[in-house]
Amino acid sequence: MTTTVLLFTLLKVIVIVFVVLTAVAYAVWFERKVVARLQSRWGPTRVGPHGLLQPLADAIKLLTKEDITPANVFRLVYFLAPALSVITALLAFAAIPFGPVTLVGGVDLFQIANLDIGVLYILSISSMGVYGIALAGWSSNSKYALLGGLRSSAQMISYALAAGLSLVGVLLLSGSLNLRDIVNAQAGATWGFIPHWNIFPQLLGFFCFLTAAIAQTNRLPFDLPEAESELVAGYHTEYSSMKFAMFFMAEYANMLTVSCMVTLLFLGGWHGPVFGPALLQTMLPLLWFSLKVLALLFLYIWIRGTLPRFRYDQLMAFGWKFLFPLALVNVLLTSLIVAYRAD
Amino acid sequence: MFQETIAPVGKRTMILNMGPQHPSTHGVLHLILELDGETILKATADIGFLHTGIEKTCEAKTYHQAITLTERIDYLCPLTNNLCYVLAVEKLLGLEPPSRAQWMRVMLNELTRIGSHLVWLGTHANDIGATTVLLYCFREREEILNLFEAVSGQRMMTSYFRVGGLALEPPAGFLKRVEKVMATFPDHIDEYEELLTRNRIWMARTKSVGILTKEDALDFAVSGPTARASGIDWDLRRDNPYSSYDKFSFRVPLRAEGDIYARYIVRMEEMRESLKIVRQALEGMPEGPIQVNAPAVVLPQGDNRKTEMEALIQQFKIVIDGFCVPPGEVYQAVESPRGEMGYYIVSDGTAHPYRVKVRSPSFANLQALPRLAEGRLLSDLVACIGSIDIVLGEIDR
Repeated sequence: MTTTVLLFTLLKVIVIVFVVLTAVAYAVWFERKVVARLQSRWGPTRVGPHGLLQPLADAIKLLTKEDITPANVFRLVYFLAPALSVITALLAFAAIPFGPVTLVGGVDLFQIANLDIGVLYILSISSMGVYGIALAGWSSNSKYALLGGLRSSAQMISYALAAGLSLVGVLLLSGSLNLRDIVNAQAGATWGFIPHWNIFPQLLGFFCFLTAAIAQTNRLPFDLPEAESELVAGYHTEYSSMKFAMFFMAEYANMLTVSCMVTLLFLGGWHGPVFGPALLQTMLPLLWFSLKVLALLFLYIWIRGTLPRFRYDQLMAFGWKFLFPLALVNVLLTSLIVAYRAD
Repeated sequence: MFQETIAPVGKRTMILNMGPQHPSTHGVLHLILELDGETILKATADIGFLHTGIEKTCEAKTYHQAITLTERIDYLCPLTNNLCYVLAVEKLLGLEPPSRAQWMRVMLNELTRIGSHLVWLGTHANDIGATTVLLYCFREREEILNLFEAVSGQRMMTSYFRVGGLALEPPAGFLKRVEKVMATFPDHIDEYEELLTRNRIWMARTKSVGILTKEDALDFAVSGPTARASGIDWDLRRDNPYSSYDKFSFRVPLRAEGDIYARYIVRMEEMRESLKIVRQALEGMPEGPIQVNAPAVVLPQGDNRKTEMEALIQQFKIVIDGFCVPPGEVYQAVESPRGEMGYYIVSDGTAHPYRVKVRSPSFANLQALPRLAEGRLLSDLVACIGSIDIVLGEIDR
């Protein structure tokens, strides 16, 4: 590896981290805006036009707030937990391709690392996020936080299983764990207008994964770990200032990761009509990718604005008795079809 | 209280102090919970954080001044408190307000009921995670509060009902305004029901949860929608009518299940019934004065006191000294949005009440909470608190 490549990669990492963090900030703005409109409010309007500078104001506020550490916390773990959350959330982006291979100086522009086990890597690294939450709940010496931490460890572990299983169908169809290969397998269209997206043959898998992913990212109707009406704020009750912000960032980064995953695995990734001059042709896939992610984010927020929250035992029952068997059925059906085709 | 709830050493339970600062204890309720995991073994309510001493303060006020205190007892239904107190004093004085005043009282009371139920629905749904309903409910409640502001000058602390009638002539076109607001309401209620009533998650969270049997409801002296959801067919508006409620036709919603869902359905139907009553009041609103002809009690109206010596003296006397009430005691109960609200007033013949005691529905209803929640999960407790619709100001007084 030459120094140029190393330098380029480093630059790319910095740019992607910056982009992801900005996207996270604006995902918060987007959520606040959309939920507000669903609830016949305006949402942020004061800071900048349409409240567009609100994320900046929030960041300044959170950075300058007093950082309170309650008495008798397990200090090492208490400080480590938010970092762990946010690091695992950001690490997932290392394997996500945002567009087709575009080589500049021997470096792929739209992906940090093209892993052959990309899907597995993202699943495992996002499952690591549960440590941050469980440890935060355990170390902050608060009963609400403890309950929140316990709830979320159980929830994320059960739903990670369903999420992983519901992806098996896609993996069987494309025969690869490499995200790029999976996206490329979805190129083209039947009769010129029905795209070869995995969502069509894998509708069941799509719904299973989406549901499990919502649960894994602790969003309504599965936001039990931080159910504010029951557990005050759940695992991050005792966190303030930037440590709280790190949990917050991690949650939204996970939302983005999941939306990216769904886009890549089921919605054909960056595939879409490409036309125009060369520069436009490089940028259009990025646009399609972002639009699909945005649509999924909107779905997330829409669900939040509509549904009440599950109870803990109902959530577990739903995960184990409904979603998990459904994912299994999907695996079975897909394997049968794949086997039949292979004959 | 704290001592007895602490588990002995070696018992694997956890004591959780929920409240008085907690997002879903609806004010400053403090619950001492003994938890095994998330299962509630024992729930003990600790009240008194919102004690205001209103009952005692009333003794230092004249009968008219005390009206302004009553609405602060249950701040979600100020006019119901006004009505109950005013009716009690009128009973002592032997006054009967003119029919227009009575009909206005009924109408405003039902508007208060709708407003109060909207707050209940919003906060209850919010506790169960449906945040949007809260905003919708407050949007509509705003319209009702605007009506109160138009009629009394205040959004919440209205003091609009006075001994002997109403405080002021309602503004011109007020009934038209009420009609306009009420015309949109059935659609709004449909909107909330669309979000919740047939929602699978909502049903899973509320059906067969927090069951209060009919026997328990009677034992705990539970009243109002909470009792009617347990099959107790008792509504003071119909069974012990006051303020010409007997002239209105309405249905009293009743359910037998006694779970959270039943309480939800009963209150939703009650809102629709209240709408009916308001509509009847609008259609049949009688003409006539708004105050009884009792110069010793009622403040002179209009320009009388600028031109008539007698009126000026009366005004001065009522404002400075108040009016004397014949000795005796009286209990007046009305159907508040939360249940039977009663005012017990003892008069010693002076211009100040000797004793005012409030029978608050929330206080009795709260007693049933441990029965509803024990043995269930923490999330159910939150739903249960919302479903009995307590107002802490009324519990602690």
